[in-house]
Amino acid sequence: MNPQSSTAVVATAVLAAVLLAAGVQLQAARERAYPLAAVPEASLYMRSGETLRRVAGAYATLAADIYWIRSIQYYGTSKQRFDRMVATPGAAPPTADHRYQLLYPLLDITTTLDPRFNIAYRFGAVYLGEAYPRGAGRPDLAIALLEKGLRATPDKWQYMEDIGFVHYWFRHDFRAAADWFKKASDVPGAPWWLRSLAATTIAQGGDRRSSRAMWEAILQTAEIDWLRKDAERRLLQLQALDTIDALQRAADDYARRTGQTPDWQALVKARVLRGFPLDPTGTPFELTNGRVQLSKSSSLWPTDEPDAAPPTSP
Amino acid sequence: MRVTAAIAINVFRESVRDKVLYNLVLFAMLLIASSFLIGQLTAGQDVKIIKDLGLGATSVFGLFIAVFIGIGLVSKEVERRSIYPLLAKPITRYQLVLGKYCGLTLTLAVNVAVMAAALYAVLAYMTWGLPPEARFVAESPALDPALLKAVLLIFVELTLVTALALFFSTFSSPMLSAALTFGLYIVGHFSGDLRNFQQVIDSPMAARLARGLYWVLPNLAQFDVKSDVVHGLPVPIGYIAMTSAYAAVYIAMLLAISGLVFSRRDFK
Repeated sequence: MNPQSSTAVVATAVLAAVLLAAGVQLQAARERAYPLAAVPEASLYMRSGETLRRVAGAYATLAADIYWIRSIQYYGTSKQRFDRMVATPGAAPPTADHRYQLLYPLLDITTTLDPRFNIAYRFGAVYLGEAYPRGAGRPDLAIALLEKGLRATPDKWQYMEDIGFVHYWFRHDFRAAADWFKKASDVPGAPWWLRSLAATTIAQGGDRRSSRAMWEAILQTAEIDWLRKDAERRLLQLQALDTIDALQRAADDYARRTGQTPDWQALVKARVLRGFPLDPTGTPFELTNGRVQLSKSSSLWPTDEPDAAPPTSP
Repeated sequence: MRVTAAIAINVFRESVRDKVLYNLVLFAMLLIASSFLIGQLTAGQDVKIIKDLGLGATSVFGLFIAVFIGIGLVSKEVERRSIYPLLAKPITRYQLVLGKYCGLTLTLAVNVAVMAAALYAVLAYMTWGLPPEARFVAESPALDPALLKAVLLIFVELTLVTALALFFSTFSSPMLSAALTFGLYIVGHFSGDLRNFQQVIDSPMAARLARGLYWVLPNLAQFDVKSDVVHGLPVPIGYIAMTSAYAAVYIAMLLAISGLVFSRRDFK
């Protein structure tokens, strides 16, 4: 390259950089002068998974991945928006979108595009069924999605187990839950403990022992990290509830003996407790008006086990 | 045979000179960038998504190479008038068509092989340092050798698409050839609908016609085993062999017709 042409290259590069910078500045100035319209709420332009499957052709599974990512992002964004709203005093009440209205259509499209997308069904089982604000509070849709999965793979005992789980945990229909656990246990290759889970559910449906058995079962079969973590969190919640029961007994006993409403300081002073009690995550329990409860700042709050008091709306 | 091989090697060299292999860099960048991004965007399933993306991209990149180079194999020679000195040599037109086809198939083979290697490299990188149980996604291991079955059938499908592109380019313009090849590619993936056309319409005549088209048009849907492989479902060797044999027969037919059409073309 001769010196003349290298000078031309440098000059062109500098000119291009200057022009690009000028373009960026102009765009920024225009956006300041004429602000962009607000980003619309999440929307779904095409609701028919079948149509999308036709359009995607040989790339349907790749399209399913895109809709799976959208589902996760939609859930995460809606949850974050809710958390921000709770943290802002006087904020507007949640809209339909905050209640994960699009979660089912997104998961439905994902599973139509790829009927063997195992995780999408299992994600739906948990987060469609779970009560608002952690989920959409629609166990009916969770079951519909899992039944769709069963139509695609009729021998998938995990979906049957999940339907039982939705009946147990979110509908508190222990008979239906036990039926599904039994159905799952009849599938060749299903683990032996499903049969005992069915028996426990029918005998002690709704008590903490059977809840623990169910979450331990889910922990064993969880193939993915978030489901495993959710099961671990639920088991910690159950542990916290056992501790709350013991603490409540101690507080009630103290109140009966002294005729005073207890607080932690008084209980420690009276040597009923060695120190301020902490939940399994290390957050102190609360003792308000004689009632022991989880702190709202604990990651275990709220608990929604069937035999626990329903959580109060935040 | 030597003549055909010489033409094929020249086609391969020409595609290298035309920077066709640059798409491999793009492919590798796409996969590497995705492997970083997808972990942030999705809760688990990143290995499955990379597999889907890798196989999908292999198919798309290969399709574009097959169509856009395939349609130019003959027409470029005619356009540049390099066909005259070529035909003046002791080469039959059939040999020319076959050599061109083999050259592009070689280019595609190199492309697909490198893309498969890049896919495995990215998957190995993603699972590096993970405990053995975490290297398994729901249904199949991350570095599943069965992925090669999907890659093989993608390659076989691309060789069929190349034959289609070459066939159209022997008698029509490059633009029309590209449109016809893409059209047949799409139809080929929906051929199952042609088979069951009687479920949609009442006319037995139209249903018979659709069924006839189903048997005549290339059935490309059978080459798509990406989903089965990613979900760890078995793809029998017998299936691969029969599908490949179907492709071989169809390609042979297309090359024979292409050779015939090309041999009857008047370049005066």
